Parts: sequence; structure tokens; C-alpha cells
Amino acid sequence: MPETLSIRQLRKSYGNKTAVDGISFDVGPNEIVGLLGPNGAGKTTTINMVLGVLEPDSGAIHIEGIDLAAHRSLALGRTNFAAVYAPLPGNLTVAQNLRVFGLLYGVRGLTERVSALLEQFDLEPFRDTKCGVLSSGEQTRVALAKAMLNQPRLLLLDEPTASLDPSAARDVRARIRRFATEWGVGVLWTSHNMYEVQEVCDRVLFLSRGRILLEGNPKTLPAEHGLQTLEDLFVAVAREPLSVEQARS
Amino acid sequence: MNRWRPIAAILLRHFYLVRGSPARLLPMFAWVTVDILLWGFITRYLSAVAAPGLRFVPSLLGAVLLWDFFTRVMHGVATAFFEDVWARNFLNIFAAPLSIPQYLTGLVLISVATSLMALAVMLVLAGLVFGLSVFAYGAMLAAFLLVLFLFGIALGIIGCALVLRLGPPAEWMVWPIPAILSPFAAVFYPVSTLPRWMQAVSRLLPPSYVFEGMRAIVAGGTVSGGTLLIGAALALGCILLACWLFTRVYRHAVRSGLIARYSAETLS
Repeated sequence: MPETLSIRQLRKSYGNKTAVDGISFDVGPNEIVGLLGPNGAGKTTTINMVLGVLEPDSGAIHIEGIDLAAHRSLALGRTNFAAVYAPLPGNLTVAQNLRVFGLLYGVRGLTERVSALLEQFDLEPFRDTKCGVLSSGEQTRVALAKAMLNQPRLLLLDEPTASLDPSAARDVRARIRRFATEWGVGVLWTSHNMYEVQEVCDRVLFLSRGRILLEGNPKTLPAEHGLQTLEDLFVAVAREPLSVEQARS
Repeated sequence: MNRWRPIAAILLRHFYLVRGSPARLLPMFAWVTVDILLWGFITRYLSAVAAPGLRFVPSLLGAVLLWDFFTRVMHGVATAFFEDVWARNFLNIFAAPLSIPQYLTGLVLISVATSLMALAVMLVLAGLVFGLSVFAYGAMLAAFLLVLFLFGIALGIIGCALVLRLGPPAEWMVWPIPAILSPFAAVFYPVSTLPRWMQAVSRLLPPSYVFEGMRAIVAGGTVSGGTLLIGAALALGCILLACWLFTRVYRHAVRSGLIARYSAETLS
């Protein structure tokens, strides 16, 4: 059975600046993988390439064995995403947005699916409210509901809890964890909240300057590098990526 | 996956927007109504003061009606695209399993719906108030509308490509395109009136064949089918060119990361 997401030797440069430098990794079914790294490390560039909105210079992306470059629509039909920088159109209501995106993703039984998601994400009171007037936390929940519309095999979440209060963030983490377990979904998750990453991710990849420096279990990885917390490890990677790389080799 | 569902999504999105906002509904009718009223009274005045036998209503008011139809078609495509620009929706749209032909088909169908509504308003107003009978053009009316429709679609798609390539501020370049073309399209006067270099440009524009044909019919003559075929062929060529251009610009946007940056502007 193919991996949910398989990335091989992915490379992307903007002029002379290399954003992603030949990375390779997999995300399996029912696995949540954290993509960590300082700003500019290449996380969002990687996610954009998996979403098909950014073409890699070289390398391959397969989603459930489907080559994204050759069968874009087929591969993207098994994918969905939520990102803090991609809110749904504010001039449509919550229900309208979910219906439009449900059609875009070819969801069957759309009316029932939309109702179920409105209930699941506590959005029923906002069904007929325009997304633009929702609080940022509510908008995040709408974006997550949209991301679940097509019951994707691969879910890409770029800082999904960035604008949520701790209680709502914990709730969202639990929902996504449950979703991944029940549906066998592979999740690629970026976050700057190391507590969250430790709680939710099965495995983390540390990116710096477009390369994967470290990979492992977020609960044991800090100790393996003589550090106490994942945040200490993050800071070490962000400040001195070369020393971390040398220690690793 | 059903290939019509993503197209239906684009249509549904626009239906929701129009239904929820009278400010979007009004322009579909307001400008064409103003144009028909303005030119209707001008033709009525000219008919009163000019020599008998000159038929201003079918030549001038008919020309305004056909030109406004073309403009509505072009703006219909562009406006549907701009909705995604204004809502910063590119990342959501283009990360979905939606192909470019499906997206463009959705924009074109929106334009068909909105321009037909505008055409209906113009026909009723021009007919009831100023006595314009489009039946005066005979069966050629369908050919005229088809050529103008095809060219409007082509220019609409080219406008979308311009904004995708140059960014949201390029929107201001798209709206006046019909006005810029109108002197060359010989909407109100024969092509022979133009200086030679403008005539050369005019021959490349499908609408000029429509308006030359319309004036020939009003003058009691006939339209050469071959001439209109040239206009239709040029319009089809423009559509192919427009689709090629949009696809090329889209591919550039995907290679350069422009699609993602369009959305990321919401953060600034």
C-alpha cells in the first residue's frame, strides 16, 4: 500500500535563494507529522508544492501513489488543507462556503455532509453568517470544516490553531487526532507551538534553510540531543543549524 | 469525479454573491439602461432634425445595444474572476481539484447568464420606449450576437490573464478595454471613415465586421456571409489565443509562487 504522502528530492529556488533543498519524506496513513522550523525554513513552500499551487524545480510528490505533476486533479481530490493565511471568502456565509467548496471537491451527499460538519465544529449558530464577520477563531473552525469536507486522505494544516484560544486549540487538536485515527488520514502539520506539536504529532521533521536537519519522535527527540524540551531543540535548530547538523552526522 | 461539479461550484458561488448583494445586481442593468436611454433620446432628436429617410434608431441605437452586449460579456467574465481576486481566494480555489478549463468554463457561463439578462433589459427598453425592432436585422442578428459574444469572452479571459500576471492593481487596465477598442471597431461609422492605419487595426477586430454588416442591412443591402465568417473566425482565433495566454500566465504563476503570494497578501 502506498504512503499517503511521498516526497522525493523536492527542490525549489527563487532566483538565487534556495527555499527547499532536496528534501525527502513520507507521511503514512493515520500518522500526524509535524513540519517544524524557523520562519523562512521552507515549511509553507513545501506545503504549497504539495497543494499544487507551486511547481517544484525538481523532485516528485505522490499522494496515495498518484503523481501530483501528472494527475493533479486526481491527487488534489484526495487532499485538503487549512492555513491561517487562506481564510474562506468573507462575502459568503459559512454554509454557502461549505457548499461551494463541497462541489469543488466533488463531495457526494453534500447537504448531509455540510450539516454534519456544522454540528461537528459547533458552527450551526453561524450557518447563515458571512465568514468575514466571524472572529478569527470561528474562521479557523470554518476553514477546518472545509478541510474535512471531502474526507481527505491527506490533510495539510499550516498553523491551524494559531488564532485559537487554548481551550479551542485543544479541542481542535483532539478532533484532528480523532479524524486521523478514525479515517486513517495522514496529516502534515506545521506549528510554532512546541507543546502542541509534542501532544499531537507522531513524528516531527525539523527544517532549516530548506533542508531536513532532524527527524524523530517529538517526545524523545530533545533528550536524544541532550536538550530538555522540544522548544529548546527548536531554538537550537533555529540559531545554529550547522552545529545541529554536525552533531547529527 | 464528475467534471461538471467544479464548474457548478463556480456558478453557485457567483449566484450566492449576486443574490446576497444588490450592489452586484444593479450594475448588470444600470449602465445598459442609462446607455439605451441616453442614445435613445439622441436618436430621437437626430431623427427629428435630420433629413427624412435616415434611420438613426436601427443604426445608432442598434449599434449601442450590440456594443453594450459585447461589453457586458467581457465584463461578465472579468467580474467573475475578480471576485476571487477581491476575496483573496486564489489559494483555496487553485488548491482544489479544479482544472483551468473548468475554471474558465465557469467564468464563461457566468458571463452568459449576466450578459443575457442585460441583453433582455436592453431589448425591452429599446423596443418599448424607442421602437427599435431587432427583427430589422433578420436572421443575421444571431450571427452578430455570436461574434460579439465570442470576442467578449476572449477579451474577458485576456483581462483575467493580465490581472493574474500583473496583480490586483492591473484591474484598472481591464475595465476600459472596450472603450479603447471602440474607435477601431467602427461602432457608429463605416470603417472607410478611418485613416488607413486605423482601418488595418479595424480589420483585425471581429466587431468591425458586425457593425459593417449591421449598417449594410439598415441601408437596405445584404451582408456577405463570407465577411461575417471572417469576423467569427477572428473571434474564435482570439478565444484560442486568450485561453493559451491564460494557461501560460497561470503556469508562470504556479512556477513563480504568485498564486500563493496572492493569498499571502491577506497577511499584510
